[in-house]
Amino acid sequence: MTETMQVALTPRARPAPPGPLSASLTFGWRALLKIKHVPQQLFDVTMFPIMFTLLFTFLFGNALAGSTSAYAEFAIPGILVQTVAFITMYTGIALNTDISKGIFDRFRSLPIWRQSVLTGGLLADLFRYTFAALVVFVLGVALGFRPDNVIGVLIAFALMLVFALSLTTIWTIFGMTLRTPEAVMQASISILFPLVFLTNIWVSETTMPGWLQAIVKVNPVTRVVIAVRELMDGTVSATNIGWAILSCAVIIAVFAPITLHLYNRKLRS
Amino acid sequence: MDSRSPLAIEASGLAKSFGETRAVCGVDLAVPSGTVYGFLGPNGAGKTTTIRMLATLLEPDEGTAYVLGHDVVREADAVRRRVSLTGQYASIDEELTGRENLILLGRLLGVSRPQAKARADELLEVFDLAEAAGRQVETYSGGMRRKLDIAGSIVVTPDLMFLDEPTTGLDPRSRNQVWKIIRTLVAQGTTALLTTQYLDEADQLANRIAVIDRGTVIAEGTSGELKASVGAGALHVRLRDAGRRTEGQEVLSRTLGVPVHPDSDAVALTASVSDPERVARALMELGRAGVGVAEFSLGQPSLDEVFFALTGRPAEETAARENENEEEDAA
Repeated sequence: MTETMQVALTPRARPAPPGPLSASLTFGWRALLKIKHVPQQLFDVTMFPIMFTLLFTFLFGNALAGSTSAYAEFAIPGILVQTVAFITMYTGIALNTDISKGIFDRFRSLPIWRQSVLTGGLLADLFRYTFAALVVFVLGVALGFRPDNVIGVLIAFALMLVFALSLTTIWTIFGMTLRTPEAVMQASISILFPLVFLTNIWVSETTMPGWLQAIVKVNPVTRVVIAVRELMDGTVSATNIGWAILSCAVIIAVFAPITLHLYNRKLRS
Repeated sequence: MDSRSPLAIEASGLAKSFGETRAVCGVDLAVPSGTVYGFLGPNGAGKTTTIRMLATLLEPDEGTAYVLGHDVVREADAVRRRVSLTGQYASIDEELTGRENLILLGRLLGVSRPQAKARADELLEVFDLAEAAGRQVETYSGGMRRKLDIAGSIVVTPDLMFLDEPTTGLDPRSRNQVWKIIRTLVAQGTTALLTTQYLDEADQLANRIAVIDRGTVIAEGTSGELKASVGAGALHVRLRDAGRRTEGQEVLSRTLGVPVHPDSDAVALTASVSDPERVARALMELGRAGVGVAEFSLGQPSLDEVFFALTGRPAEETAARENENEEEDAA
């Protein structure tokens, strides 16, 4: 024991600190390991969308669109966006858990690019978003959803990922300012619910009263849903893609500076 | 080892407040390279805050600190390359396995993947954690977590280790293991700054000790110097015959040169003494005077006694009050 200890504790050459990409990938690897060890977090993100899809399609499908498959055609792009939007809140919860458990301090004491904790987490988030979106997409196809444009579907997925990343800039603010992961979750949900339901995901906004239409139309989720719908059925218009991208840009422009400011402050205290 | 100074840590006038609470108010430190420096004080004395400032986790409000020759604020990156921090609460990822935690830290320190894996296995072996290597840390006992935490801080041997209460809550066997690891590292050139609430831990490990209370250093020196200022400890004597206690008290206080107090126990006497040799002489004098001694003991001064001698109040009281403050802050 003593001899092996002596050997193990003998100082060796100090490696050069990892670059930003290497550190980010390492944090991404850590987040994937967590998914491997705690697969429940994937069930959470897939069970809800599956439930919503089945519930709404069978409950309202006939009434709203004449058949479940016709309704699936209308609703699946929106459900995809909703699914991805809901999972984004786990980013804030994960950051808060790292801070409250003390491991964030350990990371801060390491010679790494200090934003890599966030960027690495986002890499793993992208995996989660894609996974959940694929689950819903496959389920949608089974229910009768038939997208007309393969390239459009790929671009739609890319757009949803950009939208998801823009939303994470909001949740990380909660992750850094609130005390517990539970509080972060509650705060995130109280914003996500109106954001996701005051949209044209389930019914066309034309069926709503005027004041509600006005709200629904400025909701960034609506803008993204319209673009995703058009991309998937091949009727894409530059205007609506532009609106979707602008919505993401506005969210990022407003919340990313706040998040970065708070993050940099957190690094110093 | 560096051009700036032969000191591993050189701090002057460090201060930090949290709102109204002055956590640290003007700490000066000079820690020589290649030694263990003990930072001794009750809960809430400012030990952890000071360590966090030195480890670049917290910017001081006032004062300056150089760690391994680098300014902790302006050259924080250079400091981080060469130090490691073991927190008061084991800072490891509970959802990952022990092995994955060590590989993660190795990769974040710039070690290649194969080398990080080899290093993880080597450390798990040395720290008696090989069997639990593939288990998630949330299944580990407190002692195992602490050992993994320390293993994580030496994946790449640091030039300076910050150990914040490394043995709090450990069983005696694990505690001895941790001590041995620290000694081995220091023997090979690492400097260690160790906080502890236990005087015997500082005594066992530290070359020099700073006693901190209410955010300031109230005494500094080798453990011998500190004890001399406090007294070597408490002498307890139980006599055979309660009737001869007054006589015994008089003999003892004459030879020891300090006041001797009768205990509530009718045959017992206590004195705070500084020189163990005088104790031997005093006991002989008792025998010569024909006052029979049933038993005696000479205790090392406890943290309480050090505190009492230095501040005139017990450490327990300080700790209790600080905890109340913390709770108020939390509320």
